[in-house]
This record gives sequence, C-alpha cells and structure tokens, in this order.
Amino acid sequence: MTQEVRSRQFNETAQKALADTSLQKALSRFEQGFISRRKAAVEKLPEYDALRDSARDLKDHILAHLDLYLEAYEKNVIASGGHVHWAATAEEANEIIYGICKRLNAKTVAKGKSMISEETGLNAYLEARGLHPVETDLGEYIIQLRGETPSHLISPALHVTKEQVEADFRRAHSALPPERNLDEPTSLLAEARGMLREKFLNVDVGITGANFLIAETGSSVIVTNEGNGDLTQTLAKAHIVISSIEKVVPTREDATLFLRLLARSASGSELSAYTTFSTGARRHDDPDGPREYHVVLLDNGRSNILGGKFQEMLRCIRCSACMNHCPVFHAVGGHAYGWVYPGPIGAVLTPALAGIEKTAKLPNASTFCGRCEEVCPVRIPLPKLMRNWREREFERHLQPAVARYGLALWAAFAKRPALYRAATSLAMKFLRLFGGKGRFRALPLAGGWTKHRDFPSPQGQTFQALWKKRSGAR
Amino acid sequence: MPDPIRAAAGRPIRVGLFATCLVNLIRPRVGFATAKLLEDAGCTVEVPQQTCCGQPAFNSGDRRTARELAARAIETFEEYDYVVLPSGSCAGQVIVHYPELFEGDAAWEPRAKALAAKTFELTVFLSDVLKVIPIARFDGAVTYHDSCSGLRELGIHAQPRKLLGNVEGLRFVEMKDPDVCCGFGGTFCVKYPDISNKIVEKKTANIAASGATTLLAGDLGCLMNMAGKLSREGKEVRVRHIAEVLAGMGEEPAIGEPER
Repeated sequence: MTQEVRSRQFNETAQKALADTSLQKALSRFEQGFISRRKAAVEKLPEYDALRDSARDLKDHILAHLDLYLEAYEKNVIASGGHVHWAATAEEANEIIYGICKRLNAKTVAKGKSMISEETGLNAYLEARGLHPVETDLGEYIIQLRGETPSHLISPALHVTKEQVEADFRRAHSALPPERNLDEPTSLLAEARGMLREKFLNVDVGITGANFLIAETGSSVIVTNEGNGDLTQTLAKAHIVISSIEKVVPTREDATLFLRLLARSASGSELSAYTTFSTGARRHDDPDGPREYHVVLLDNGRSNILGGKFQEMLRCIRCSACMNHCPVFHAVGGHAYGWVYPGPIGAVLTPALAGIEKTAKLPNASTFCGRCEEVCPVRIPLPKLMRNWREREFERHLQPAVARYGLALWAAFAKRPALYRAATSLAMKFLRLFGGKGRFRALPLAGGWTKHRDFPSPQGQTFQALWKKRSGAR
Repeated sequence: MPDPIRAAAGRPIRVGLFATCLVNLIRPRVGFATAKLLEDAGCTVEVPQQTCCGQPAFNSGDRRTARELAARAIETFEEYDYVVLPSGSCAGQVIVHYPELFEGDAAWEPRAKALAAKTFELTVFLSDVLKVIPIARFDGAVTYHDSCSGLRELGIHAQPRKLLGNVEGLRFVEMKDPDVCCGFGGTFCVKYPDISNKIVEKKTANIAASGATTLLAGDLGCLMNMAGKLSREGKEVRVRHIAEVLAGMGEEPAIGEPER
C-alpha cells in the first residue's frame, strides 16, 4: 500500500488549483517569505558556494560507495544497541513497522514528519490495522485532521489558510469551549500544542524520519522547528526511524556540512531550531529515552536510480528550495503534482520512483527557467534531468500526438533551409495580411496562446528575405 | 578563441549573424538593429542561409533532430570569426548545449566546442568582447526583463543595463523580480497555457508597477509573451527588443503595433 500516484491528472488538478481562490491566497502569501529569507541567509555566508561544491562532491562520493557506508552504518547501529531492518519496497517497510507495533501491543503511535512514510502510505496502512498514528508536526497535524497529504516538504500545510485551520480545529477539538478566541496564529499553535502534549505522554511507539544517517556512529539526525521530534522519540517505548538509503553520510562532521546548507536553503535559518541526534536505545544510566531503537532502511526503487542518468537526483537533501523558487509551483501548489514530492524534485524523482508512464506530464510542466538549479544546495541539474525524462518520453512516444506531429512537421522544414525559407516567407506574408492591427486576438492553432494574450503580428517579410534584398540593392 | 584586436588588425571582424527563428519570422527589425550595432562597431556582418538552432527539439526530448540541426548550424557558422545572436536562449543552446549534444563524438565535439567558444549573445558581445558603447537616444522610462536562459546559462544581467545606461534620454527603472520567469518557456506556454498565464500576470503587474513606459528584453519569445499579455490587459507599456533601442530604432512600431 503506497501513496497512489495521481500525476496523470496533472493538467486537471493544476486547472483546479488555478481556480481555487483560497489556495491562490495561501500560495501568494508563501511565495516571497522563503525566497527573501534564503537570500539573506546565503548573503551572510561568503563560503556558501564553496560549501555547495563540497556537498555535491561528498554526495557523489557517498553514492559511489553507498553499499560500504550503509554496511558501516548498520554495524554501528547494532553496536549501539539498535536494530536495522532492510526494506526493498514500501509494503515491506510498512509490514516491518506494523510488526514492531504489534509485538509491543502499541495503541498510540506518534509520528514526527517523514516524507518517506508518505511514500509508503504508512498512516493508512496502520489505520487499516486498528492503530492510530498521530502526526506531531503542526503542519502535518493540520493536514491529518483534514484528511489530506502534504503539499510541500517542509511546510506541509502550505495550501491551507489560517481561516481553514481555525474551522478544522473547532470541528476536531469539539470538547473545547466553542467561544474561545482563535483569531491569532499563536492561539492556534497553543491549542495544537495542548492537544498534542497529552498524546505524547501516552505514546507507545514514536516514528520519525531521518534527515541524515551517520555511518561512523550509527546515529540518525532529524531537524524540526517545533521540537516535536524529540518528544516523539524520547517518551515512547520504542523509537522507529524510517529512512531511505541515500540519507547516509560518513561522519558527524559531514552531517554538519549538510545541516548548514539545509537550514539556510529551506527556511533561511542558520540552523533549524532543533537538531536531534539519536543513537541506539536507552542505556542503563540514561534518565529517559526509548527502550527499543529500530531503523527501517527503505530502497523503494532508489538502487535502480544508482549508476544511471538520474543518479544526481539522489543527492537531494529535501530542503524545498527548488519548489520555493519555482514559478510553476507558485502557480499551482504541491498537490497538482499528484504524488509525495512536488515541484522540480517531484518532476524528476516521481518518474524515477513511480515510472514515467504514469508521470509523463511532470517533467514537461516546467518553463526551464533554471531557478531550481540555481538555488539547489547540492547542485542537482534539475532542468537537465527533466530534459532527460523528456527524451525517454520521446523515445517511447509518450508525448501527446499533437505535440509529436507538430514537432516533426517543424523539424522537417528546419532540416531543409531552402524549403524553410520559402515556407516561412509565405506563411508570414499570409499572417501579415490578417494582422494589420498589429496583433491577433484569436489565431487558428494558437488557441493556447490567444486565450490569454494577443499574438503580435509579424512584420510581413522574413529577415532573411529582407536581408537578401538589402544586400542585392547595395 | 580568436582575438578581436588581432583579427581587427588585418581586416574587419567577420561576424555571422544567427538571427533566430522568431526574429526571422516575426520581427526582422531586430535582425537589422543587430546588424547595425555590429557594423557601427566596425564588424562585417553576414547572414548565411540558416534555419533553427534546434532548441525546441532539444527541449522536447528529440535529441536526434537537435543534433542534426546543431550539426547544420556548426557547418554554417564555423567559418566566421564570431557568431552573434540577439537572444540569450538561442545563444545558450549553441554555447552550453551544442558541446553537450556531441559529448564523446570525436568528429563533432571539437567543432561544437570551437563554435561555442566564439558565439555570443548580442549585449555580451558588444559589452564584453568588442567593449563598445553604442551611441543612441531614447526618451522615456525603461525597464528590463532578464530572460531566464540568458541570465542563468550565460550570466547576462549587467551587460544590458550597462549599455542602456549610456543611452541619452533613457531613464532606467528596475521592476520587482526582473529575474523571475515570464512564463513563456518555449512550448510550455502552449502546452500549459493557463499556468503560463498565471506566471505572466505576475510579470505584467510588476512591469506596470515599475512606472516604465517601455519594456525591453533580449529574447523575442519572452517579449512576445509579455507584449501579448500587456496588450490584452490594456496596459500602456510599449515592448521592444533591446537591440532596437541601442541601434536608435526606438521610434519604429513596437511589438504588437501596426506597421506604418
């Protein structure tokens, strides 16, 4: 049971998103904040670009020796009293986690933010077996109440307005006095904290994701801005970490390199408010901590990406900078992309994990403006990788017939310069005949253009024809 | 890479003008403005028979057609001292992507790299290679949109502003987010017209808010997109390619205005 891939419907969901006034309001609020905060943070760090180079090179090194680092990591998790479970597929990961919960007779499961658990559809899997996972990240808590999926990696409830949150809280927290004031974001936060605090105290199993796994110590690292990750894992009987395999880094020092880049790229902070290193279960003299510590290492298609044309995508540290700077994401939000990962990373990673047949629309939904690559902290060439997918689609005839034949027709002319010159001359003269006002408000075969904008009419003769005349006249 | 000074010592620099499809089809005066700027700077300009740089095929995933068109362009233009294009995105195709298209091809890779090394976008060529400042006059408040490929593949940002700064009578005003995409994106704007529209709406709002009466850029695709939207919205901003203003052709009809 993995999260269903709905990327085929990109055009329809994007259309709905454009017409959704409350979503558009939420998106316009979000757009500037992330961009200006990241810019300010980067400007304060002169070595930022050098750090990006180091991070890119280190990731490439890790990916080239992933097996060795994963084995070292496993050895050190075990040495520190933890357990490692290898899961090839999402189903296997879910089964393993459910198995642990069942053995511990767990009733309440608390969750820290984890996109990998979105990938596996963990919540639905556990709910179907009678467990009640509670999301503890504020954004995740909100969308869990709404029965939705995250629309952004670090701001999962980005698409929800404050007014909607208030309505959701009044509905879900029906035991609280109805006349209470929830006008301010702080009062919403306080209410969510109060509700969650109670759940933390009774939690049996805490599940978190991992931003990094450290091979030399067997530690997992998570960053949060609310501290919910700490409570999730410290107060539970067992802490289960679910992570994909490419999150491993060699040393603690390497982790700090990525942490410096991650927080700045994500939210413009120098570091996230809470960075938590977890190593093994509670020891004899520890005052608190989980009695069991498990790591579920998920592949779910990643080893197929290794060594291929899309390997650079596995450098991703999930900072969200690419989508924060993407004009298409700004226009339609995250849900339109139809799976766990929205924006430019989704346009590359979703086809790699879910197959290009179901997701062919995504790599095409980009203007290739290149801003994503410009801000990526690990220098993933996102437009190039999207273009690689377009090449796969072209090879397999997955593009719409109109686009394919249009391109073929144009190419047939462009490959024959004399024919091209004659045909374009004729076409422009013809267009000019009808474009005397300087622009067209409607034009056959160009409905996509003229639906929203005028088409400037051509001057009439082509440059090559006019140039030839000028040269002849000299 | 040829040295312009040395080339100029013996004979005028021979520039092959790669006009680009849109200039050829829609707005030849950009081609003439480019030629004038190059000739005023002492270059000899030639316009060999040409078609497309292949970018639409390349970005649509049709690598074979892209390579065929690239090979043709290399054959056509490699004889010149320099190749100049009045477009950042087509120049980016030649400079950045031609070598990529022929990577590992013993026969073509060196030729692609050699062409890439002597190919320039117009404002870069004027400002950084020839190091000339065109003399022109243009009255009015002007803003400039940084087209994405030129900005991010070729680093074009300062050059057009520097050249415009020397135009007599021109008052430059920066719009908000000049470096954010206008939503054109080649075939994107017809594949995803409504998303493209949402993006260009933000752009035209920023253009209008800048107070400029003329919008300039270095790529005709983006210019047509923004001009088409401004005209549909009834916003009174005239739109031109930067070459027209630099060449002193700022009095001719703007994009979307009837020919006189």
